[in-house]
Amino acid sequence: MKKVSVSFTLNGYPVTAEVPVTWSLLKTLREDFELTGAKEGCGVGECGACTVIVDGDAVNSCLYPVFEAEGKSVMTIEGIAGEDGTLHPIQTAFLENNGVQCGYCTSGMIMSAKALLDQNPDPAENDIRTNIAGNFCRCTGYVQIVEAIEMAARKME
Amino acid sequence: MIEYDYKKPESLEEVFGLLKEYGPRAALIAGGTDVMVNIRNTKKAPEVLISLRGLKDLRYIKKNNGYHIGALTTHRMLELSELVKTELSALYDGASCIGSVQVRNVATIGGNICNAAPSADTAGPLLVLDARVVLEGPEGRRSVPIYEFFTGTYKTVRKQDEVLVEFQIPAEMEHFGSAYWKYSRRKAMNLPILGVSVSLKLDNETISDARIGLTVAAPTPVRAYKAEEFLKERQLTDDVLKEAGKIAASPDCCSPRDSLRGEAWYRREIIEVYVARMARIAAENIKNR
Repeated sequence: MKKVSVSFTLNGYPVTAEVPVTWSLLKTLREDFELTGAKEGCGVGECGACTVIVDGDAVNSCLYPVFEAEGKSVMTIEGIAGEDGTLHPIQTAFLENNGVQCGYCTSGMIMSAKALLDQNPDPAENDIRTNIAGNFCRCTGYVQIVEAIEMAARKME
Repeated sequence: MIEYDYKKPESLEEVFGLLKEYGPRAALIAGGTDVMVNIRNTKKAPEVLISLRGLKDLRYIKKNNGYHIGALTTHRMLELSELVKTELSALYDGASCIGSVQVRNVATIGGNICNAAPSADTAGPLLVLDARVVLEGPEGRRSVPIYEFFTGTYKTVRKQDEVLVEFQIPAEMEHFGSAYWKYSRRKAMNLPILGVSVSLKLDNETISDARIGLTVAAPTPVRAYKAEEFLKERQLTDDVLKEAGKIAASPDCCSPRDSLRGEAWYRREIIEVYVARMARIAAENIKNR
């Protein structure tokens, strides 16, 4: 299997991965960097459990060829808390609002929420729903999730 | 184990070189939201994937003697463009309802059209906006009207050594209002049961010109020419629009099939109703400019 060397910024640090050319960004994050926050749910870009932020935009890392990460800035759930472990306001809001049930969708939900709030600090409820439409929560706790994101937006003002 | 090589050229010349070198053993990939899914589902891949994402200057939306949209423009760029939203409303409607934000951030309009699914959400809007598809090959450029671009389900006139580089929408379209409706069971993460696009131009309350595009109504996205002809020089009234819907839903204009998502008779009923509704919204969109 042909390997490829890809250099990018991962959660603020420059990194280089030597991985098979067919690997997705998700597989590289999980298998090479052992960052298992992003999950493989469906593997075809429907469930959003693999959501990470690339150059400011939420993407499905399962469909993102690792080759395309060259030179880009990638942020995962592991990179959003402070260096000292202080949780990001979106993480705190999810905890305080019971926005987490089984937790499988949570990393993806939070990354979609972060991409949204970075681009639009004061979203309407409809904006929030549009931006997490690609993140499935099969516990169906959407109401608490939407409220958590609204709360995070207020806290981050 | 699926194996393939991945190349990311930075110019069209390099793309043509690779296409010549690998011929049918290579396939082009843009956003990858169809290509990567197909590889996973079929467990088959071409020998080489040639990524077009290095062609950074093919991402643009411009108005300059008509509208120009680069093939690698993402659906998210179209969705967020004020120009597209106000002047090419049907395309805004189509681009903003594809997949999810995560998909729209990478999926490109060129990829949506080259994949040539009968359900492509940007195909109907481009049909009613009179778009031309610009293809570039080693011998130069050619452009084809989008109604000639699709030759069958997942088939197009693009030759193996060509790359779709741009969509051109004539300046005349700035006098048209347009709208697209994706009829589906959910608001997101879904394929349409049916897609209806309408564009029209008004002279007071008289329809001076009209286009109707139907998706998932035939093996390719299609125009409903007979219904368009009927609308011309008629008044914008409920009776006229209802009749146009009936013509659009008839075998003269479409040939929907029974499928998992909906049966043919049901699709015809949706066409009948939604042609009239989209015409009303298209007319509103002219006034709201």
